[in-house]
Amino acid sequence: MGQINAASPAPLANMGEPIRRTESIAKVTGKLIYAADAPADASAEKPLQAYFVTSAIACGTVLEIDTRPADVLHGVVKVYTHLNAPQRVATPYTQKGGYVSDTSMPLTGPEIRNDGQILAMIIAETYEVARDASYQVKVRYAETVPASTMESPGAEVTHPQALDEKEKKAGDFKAAYRDAPVKVAAVYSTPAQHQNAIELYSTTASWSNGELTIYEPSQFVIELAYGAAAMTGIEPSAVHVKNPYVGGAFGGKGFMTQRTALIASAARDLNRPVRNVVTRAQGFTLATYRAETQHHVHLGADHEGRLLAYGHESWEMQSRRDDYPLAGFGVTTAMYGKPAIETRVNLVKADRQTSGFMRAPVEMPYMYALESAMDELAVALKMDPIELRRVNDITKSPVDGARFTSRSLMQCYDAAAASFGWSKRNPEPGSMRDGDWLIGYGCATAGYPTHMAPAIARITLHANGDALVEIAGQDSGQGTYTVLGQIAARGLLLRPEQVSVVMGDSKLPPGPASSNSLGTASLGSAVKLATDKICAHFGGSAPPEEDRKAAFAKLGLDEISELGEFIPLGKRPEVLDKLRKGQVPFASQARGDQSANGIPLMFAFGAEFVEVRIHRLTREIRVPRMTGAFAAGRIVNPRTAHSQYMGGMIWGMASALLEATEIDEKRGRYVNDNLGEYLVAVNADIPKIDILMIPEVDHEVNPLGVKGIGELGIVGTAAAVANAVYHATGKRVRDLPIAMEKIMN
Amino acid sequence: MRPFLYEAAIDAAAAVALASVSATAHVTADVQYKGGGTTLIDLMKLEVMQPSTVVDITTIRDEAMHRVTSTNDELRIGSLVSMGQLHADKSIARDYPILTESLWQAASQQLRNMARLGGNVLQRTRCSYFRDTSYLQCNKRIPGSGCAALDGTNRGHAVLGTSEQCIALYPGDWAPALIALDAKVEILGKIGKRTLEFEHLHRLPAATPHVETNLVPGELIIAFVIPGGPRRRSLYRKIRDRQSYAFANASAAVAIDLDGDILRDVRIGLGGVATIPWRARRAEVMLRGERLTEASANAAANAEFDDAQTRKQNAYKVPLGRQTMVRALLEVQAMEIS
Repeated sequence: MGQINAASPAPLANMGEPIRRTESIAKVTGKLIYAADAPADASAEKPLQAYFVTSAIACGTVLEIDTRPADVLHGVVKVYTHLNAPQRVATPYTQKGGYVSDTSMPLTGPEIRNDGQILAMIIAETYEVARDASYQVKVRYAETVPASTMESPGAEVTHPQALDEKEKKAGDFKAAYRDAPVKVAAVYSTPAQHQNAIELYSTTASWSNGELTIYEPSQFVIELAYGAAAMTGIEPSAVHVKNPYVGGAFGGKGFMTQRTALIASAARDLNRPVRNVVTRAQGFTLATYRAETQHHVHLGADHEGRLLAYGHESWEMQSRRDDYPLAGFGVTTAMYGKPAIETRVNLVKADRQTSGFMRAPVEMPYMYALESAMDELAVALKMDPIELRRVNDITKSPVDGARFTSRSLMQCYDAAAASFGWSKRNPEPGSMRDGDWLIGYGCATAGYPTHMAPAIARITLHANGDALVEIAGQDSGQGTYTVLGQIAARGLLLRPEQVSVVMGDSKLPPGPASSNSLGTASLGSAVKLATDKICAHFGGSAPPEEDRKAAFAKLGLDEISELGEFIPLGKRPEVLDKLRKGQVPFASQARGDQSANGIPLMFAFGAEFVEVRIHRLTREIRVPRMTGAFAAGRIVNPRTAHSQYMGGMIWGMASALLEATEIDEKRGRYVNDNLGEYLVAVNADIPKIDILMIPEVDHEVNPLGVKGIGELGIVGTAAAVANAVYHATGKRVRDLPIAMEKIMN
Repeated sequence: MRPFLYEAAIDAAAAVALASVSATAHVTADVQYKGGGTTLIDLMKLEVMQPSTVVDITTIRDEAMHRVTSTNDELRIGSLVSMGQLHADKSIARDYPILTESLWQAASQQLRNMARLGGNVLQRTRCSYFRDTSYLQCNKRIPGSGCAALDGTNRGHAVLGTSEQCIALYPGDWAPALIALDAKVEILGKIGKRTLEFEHLHRLPAATPHVETNLVPGELIIAFVIPGGPRRRSLYRKIRDRQSYAFANASAAVAIDLDGDILRDVRIGLGGVATIPWRARRAEVMLRGERLTEASANAAANAEFDDAQTRKQNAYKVPLGRQTMVRALLEVQAMEIS
């Protein structure tokens, strides 16, 4: 079990054991095989290497592409361009019932619609030759001026009708705001960001007797298998995706990109396995990313702080071809009070690639805006920001009256405030100092919907006490292998080491995407249901170790295998058919919208506190400590949960202070496309982080009573940092990241 | 990567003989020296540099190039000493804190273990338009092609020593410290050895930004020489967006000699704000012989940045650069010297 310490907290109420991740030693000793190393079998045929030539302009046409200098290089097998690329079958965008994260279909024509679009694919015997050849390909362009930012001429503001249902309304906002005695109106913005997992994007494809095997890091292997089948025109049963471990994903590996079918088609065309590893720089344009957002927030309150009006209009950057709307009002309107509400989202179409998942894609930008505005309202009211939240704490939705299954927001605030020492804060901005350093304290709410997706798990229990859990889920570092083993062990009265968990293989019983923080709630619930079915063979509870052999003998069996089929609350059994086909039922799963059809609101909450220190002269911002208290139903493993919360807060802090993709406005290109210039937090930036897990029991959300925690820690941090910067300096920075120039004297 | 010839030099003269065939000593040179390779190999993978011959100088056996020696009169640092080796030296940390601080705040431990000091001072700019060959405008890479940074992304670019042809930043940390120590650099060339003031090693971009130094083809840095003995009242202050593994937004290397509050001597090197390791001469002249106060430091810093040329995103480097200098001066004044 190991030692109890900060990383491995003692279990409190409603928690499992803080066991270590089962693959942790193999991981840190380099023994795990990742997709770009597979197949590890030495007898397997060595794959050819694919390298992409990408566009140096964001908008225009290829006039001529001269591949001859590359064709003649020793070791080059083939150079594909739009003139000779293998055919693929288009599949719709994921949000429209298809399987692909953007609909660009590279190498099908000369048009260039965004920076870094694939213009040629070199296939060579080695990576180095392929890369060398890529530099030899000469492209002549007809360039047009790209619309690269929301303000650029040519950027088009749209409002598809499908967004109406995501826009929340209650009462007469205009009148309520007009009459409110205390008001805040402000514009907030968040920058483009890229996931930058340390494991690069890659695809390895090999064909044998008309069957396709794919090794690719994926957050959704079933979707990848169906998508690859659709785009290569074969039966889904003929595709096998193998991906046991993912070296970080953060949303970037969520849905199949256009690369997979390109590589698979080249492998079929050349009758050789083909591998592509996307470079760090190319990863900025050959996957999805977090696009820029802007928010115009209005808050009106009475003198006691009770919210009377909440208005929120947003603008979200989009590609020309696909809409990836966030429209996070389902989350923001579930936070406070009973104000009159008016919300609207605008999609800004420009010459950029299609955006997509990146950690808390909806909640991070929308809650940053709301929680900054709440802090401004507290200042306007001369009220403690925690008390402002307390006055507006609720038990049901201000939009439609749906109740929360559980909500422990104020318990989180009180516990975190006490631990952090909030009472030592002098509310006057700029009043707290330590020598040349200005000190600021800030806090904000974290809130994240409890998403769930259908999932099917198979468990086989042997008479000797070994159990096998099989499900086509994924573990990109969260600890899913470990917690599924714990859930099975608990249900079957086993020790965790008696349970083996197999995932990351499209031939296993289907699991959903590792996204929306739904892994434990969904996969874990399927595992729980499978253990229940096994227990039913034994009269309702698993036989304890000493009776197990006899119990199996009595049934005349050596092993029992059962499927657990989890259907989330309020969903029909048909969702399992969608799951089996790797489809995401987005339409009925709008984020934070569970209040429809009389279903209660399901949310995890937290409160985050941050101290910043800012040098009076040079204005660099340091974060010496953060405290987060979270309540999210049952915690299966407090050690992996601690890591999830801590990782989320670190990411949230970095998104407030560091992370931003710089865009050359004139050229429409990402400029800092490497880890030297795209700043993620390093160890030296990471402060003392205290995580408090507030016990919470919720039997309604799912059979396990767990809520999603993977992204919860991210949600409030950016606003807490911004609020602390205001407290330290008196300057309210409303556009992230809070770089030093924004608070320079 | 393109094929190239790899030569391992056994002594400095052999290395110089191999490299002297280049037509230039700069980014386009056909023969390149490789120390730790932390910049060169990176830029070769990106095809920014395409030498046909790489001369490995880490194989040079000349002991003096691998050694640090100090006497009462001077500190002598061989050019093949690694960054990590020098910053781990405890006597350097005591006698020349400015050197240790400027080294350990640079790069990462892994890079510092590889990178040699001779190559460190020749580290090339991080300007994205220089490092990415898909941009066709870069006067440093393709003379006469233009400068994409002027109207592009330029938050990290220089405000001092710029020209209409180039605003690329000199990114290093150690060089400003050498400036503040009045270092000299010993160079071996085809016709023999010469010594240069370190501050004259780099050239302003002016109309020829591709010519970055005053080295001629084949010239090899042998050693750095710091005259005058220990400089314990010295420090390096680096301001950056993140706490480690980041280039300076602005930095100041200061070495002073105090008589009470009066500055008997002051030398200031600036990083993160200029196209070359920058000697803040105007500020030094204003401060020398004066009382060091926040007000006098401010006045000197203002003067130093009087001619700063800013672009859309880097105007903040003027106040930041000034205040970094002021902060470094006040902190070096307050240092407890053993």
